[in-house]
Amino acid sequence: MIDFTGEQIQRYSRHILLKDVGVEGQEKIMNARVLVVGAGGLGAPVSLYLAAAGIGTIGIVDADVVDLSNLQRQVIHFTKDVGVPKVKSAEEKIKAINPDVKVDTYYEFLDSSNALDIIKEYDFIVDGTDNFPVKFLINDACVMADKPFSHGGILRFNGQTFTHLPGTACYRCMFKEPPPAGAVPTCSQAGVLGAIAGMLGTIQAAETLKYFTGIGELLTNRLLTFDAKTMQFRTVPVKHRDSCPICGSNPTIDHLIDYEQGACDLKSH
Amino acid sequence: MARIIVNGEAQDVQLPLSLTELIKQNDVLQPEMVSVQVNDDFVDRTEWDGLQIKENDAVDFLYFMGGGNLSEK
Ligand SMILES: [Zn+2]
Repeated sequence: MIDFTGEQIQRYSRHILLKDVGVEGQEKIMNARVLVVGAGGLGAPVSLYLAAAGIGTIGIVDADVVDLSNLQRQVIHFTKDVGVPKVKSAEEKIKAINPDVKVDTYYEFLDSSNALDIIKEYDFIVDGTDNFPVKFLINDACVMADKPFSHGGILRFNGQTFTHLPGTACYRCMFKEPPPAGAVPTCSQAGVLGAIAGMLGTIQAAETLKYFTGIGELLTNRLLTFDAKTMQFRTVPVKHRDSCPICGSNPTIDHLIDYEQGACDLKSH
Repeated sequence: MARIIVNGEAQDVQLPLSLTELIKQNDVLQPEMVSVQVNDDFVDRTEWDGLQIKENDAVDFLYFMGGGNLSEK
């Protein structure tokens, strides 16, 4: 049992007032350990809301430094942070919002050599990455380690997310393998409306808090997609696939894979 | 004409129609960037040509989405 201080009771009063959360739920949140992979468009709102909610430990993995072009959507980083490692910039904001949160920073790329070691320290993983190789890596590592995770993807005016618990549909049940490297969106098709990252990231943060408090129904075996141009939201039922190469009954993938990422180079255009 | 459901919306199509042809008709920008479910079942890319659409089929196109940063790398 955590002994709440008067300050904590006040800080978390709007959670505690919720019948579904209460003191017990808030205590679960404060004991939770969450890994956020990517401190970018999705990782920014996820980390801000999880910090505000009082998640006990937040781990952040990101090998990048803040670039001016990030600030259009990566709201955890400020103009003064350009050139600073994203994990440092994010840690500073998390601490400023909520000094109770313990922050672990990993200033490195998540790849097949470190993914399982890092992931095993956490109860829930949030995929806030921007590329398919790491999305598949997170999926495979979480399936192998029996860890729940939230998947998130955004493009232009669209977003999609689902939550995986051991036994429910995984990313490979829906998308068997990464798109061919040459098939990633061309420069003219890439880009994203900044607020879309906030829309999707806050859904991922809400799923994380639902997971720890046991509230409602998670986005398992469902892929939520939305189009901000029309503001149409849709959940597509998806199944755990018995022939899935990682979570099926005869998995063909028995080790983590570092896929090649193809991408257009905006700077050369 | 046969009525099918594509991404949750009714669509009238002329049969016979393969899944590959349906994808073409729906102006999917980059077919390599889409995953397809028919009646909630995943259809492997290698089966798209051979799969014939039937009346009342529900087809969902799931799009690959990264994180919007692809243009910066
Ligand atoms: Zn699977």
